[in-house]
Amino acid sequence: MSRIAGRFAELAAAGRGALIPYLQAYDPDLATSEAILAGMAEAGADLIEIGVPFSDPMADGPTIQRAARRGLAAGATLAGVLAMVARFRAHDTTTPVVLMGYLNPIDSYGPERFCNDAAAAGVDGLIVVDMPAEEADLLAPHAAAAGLDIIRLVAPTTDAARLPVVLEGASGFIYYVSITGITGTRSASSDELAAALPRIRAASRLPVAIGFGVRTPAQAAGAARIGDAAVVASVLIETLAATLDDRGRATPGTVDSVLAEVRALAAAVRAPQKIKEDVR
Amino acid sequence: MSAFPDHETVTHDHLTPNSRRSGPDARGRFGQHGGRFVAETLMPPILELEAAYEAAKADPGFRRELDFHLKDYVGRPSPLWLARRLTEELGGAKVYLKREELNHTGSHKLNNVMGQILLARRMGKKRIIAETGAGQHGVATATVCALFGLECEIFMGETDVVRQQPNVFRMRLLGAKVHAVKAGAGTLKDAMNEAMRDWVANVATTYYLIGTVAGPAPYPAMVRDFQCVIGDETRAQILAAEGRLPDAIVACVGGGSNAMGIFHPFLDDDGVRLIGVEAAGHGFDSGQTAASLNRGRPGVLHGNRTYLLQDADGQIEEAHSISAGLDYPGIGPEHSWLYDTGRGEYVGATDEEALAAFTQLARTEGILPALESAHALAHVAKLAPTLPAEAIVVVNLSGRGDKDIYTVAEHLGVTL
Repeated sequence: MSRIAGRFAELAAAGRGALIPYLQAYDPDLATSEAILAGMAEAGADLIEIGVPFSDPMADGPTIQRAARRGLAAGATLAGVLAMVARFRAHDTTTPVVLMGYLNPIDSYGPERFCNDAAAAGVDGLIVVDMPAEEADLLAPHAAAAGLDIIRLVAPTTDAARLPVVLEGASGFIYYVSITGITGTRSASSDELAAALPRIRAASRLPVAIGFGVRTPAQAAGAARIGDAAVVASVLIETLAATLDDRGRATPGTVDSVLAEVRALAAAVRAPQKIKEDVR
Repeated sequence: MSAFPDHETVTHDHLTPNSRRSGPDARGRFGQHGGRFVAETLMPPILELEAAYEAAKADPGFRRELDFHLKDYVGRPSPLWLARRLTEELGGAKVYLKREELNHTGSHKLNNVMGQILLARRMGKKRIIAETGAGQHGVATATVCALFGLECEIFMGETDVVRQQPNVFRMRLLGAKVHAVKAGAGTLKDAMNEAMRDWVANVATTYYLIGTVAGPAPYPAMVRDFQCVIGDETRAQILAAEGRLPDAIVACVGGGSNAMGIFHPFLDDDGVRLIGVEAAGHGFDSGQTAASLNRGRPGVLHGNRTYLLQDADGQIEEAHSISAGLDYPGIGPEHSWLYDTGRGEYVGATDEEALAAFTQLARTEGILPALESAHALAHVAKLAPTLPAEAIVVVNLSGRGDKDIYTVAEHLGVTL
């Protein structure tokens, strides 16, 4: 069983959803982002999503755009991100790691070589924002051969007729983009989420993670209850950004501030809930 | 001559499978280029757009409505002008200018915008967004939104806002809201990112009116089809004037819509050289160019695979050109395919060469060309003298240069 499937099976047995916090690699520098990554599992991350900086992050709002710029200014490369994951894996062999980014750096690296190197580094899954199901054959065979999950995105605009196309060959989990919009802007209501999930459940038995607009501990708890996991990104980047000095450099409080917020999110996600309804 | 020669070419119905004009394939690809590389949120709307466009193409009423507006609002057909004094000064091939700068709003951009706005109306969209570099596409979009009473928001890099102030003011006069995009270098690439972010947030109400032959399918083919009126007219006009096809057609390429519009109807005419002129900026090897084909490599950006200026890690690089309309690190995917197959020749002209061509055309023909079009003229200044007097070269004069007089003045050391 893959690390991702294993983790979701454990959590299902424990009767709770997952918290998936996000960090942008190399933001604001390699050592700081590596310290955040190293501390996240202990702070309550069930899986970890690492953003790969890209020059043109078309699906991201201003918060993650700025994080990407800081990461690139700090020297981020795809190879550097893989090396960072490999060092993390030397100390943590259980927490699943998913890379989220855009296609061009992977395309430039070479899809097959990238999948092999990512799997060797200890990456478990890939979310490639600008690679819809129709274009996934570029990466899917290499990912499957290397044992990497390609996490498919489902959006509010994905209608019932299209869902089977999107979910063909999906593995790991499904990422539900809960709003029509970019990251870090608005949030879906729990009513909207509750209305959206049944049709995804009907189309797939994979766990569903909810992302885009999940900001507060209460929202994270709600998303992890309605779905199977909550992805929290922009608010953690905002917390990081608020600790930077006026030249954009990390300060002594940077790592602890981000991890404290992960702890608060995890506490809410792990708080006793009524028995999770089986909405399947 | 009919105002709209050869309309049928837009549907491609009569073409043989071996025609170079039959692309893209069902995946929106031209060879390895093109495709639909967008976030899942945008896949349903681009598939809806494709279906709506196919339905419109098959509807003679749509074609009639477009022809009416092209003739009586845009002012087509545009003349094909034999540039006698320029020809004499260059001393070689006979040079004709396809006068797209005489269209309403001063460039070829309105051909495409008119087609897409009629499509947006058929689709019931009330809000129109567009990206713009030099502002020509933004002005054209704002114009048709005023004409049809639609809400219009234009995304323009803040660097371009500064260097194209007259066009920013024009867009505002036309009732458009202009967003100055601060990300990156504040040029066309950043404007396109921001327009895509707006579209993803407002897909239900909004039509994204892309201004060039790039982006996810169906945009490259759709914009090309709407621009093919340039080449269709040119073919009929040169046959009427000279009784034969030209030896070469020259056009500037940024995204490449004016070039594709004049090239495409000639793709199967092997005797006609098709020459695209990229902005070489400070020179091909200066590190400051917009020459995606000559100095880039294939990658994925803004919804399509195509040649891109990028670093070794796949990060997109900033382009540079004196001309805001060519200042883009990518190019339309069909040009990438023409480059790969060798059917298109792609060369470069530097900022300095474009400036020299700008002043030369003003002096010899009484026409101020857009700095974009001046790149094409700069190449003709090199090419024409190498050809015999009976050779015929057609240049697509894609825009007029009034918008550029401040930039030109600055480079000539004149304070306005």
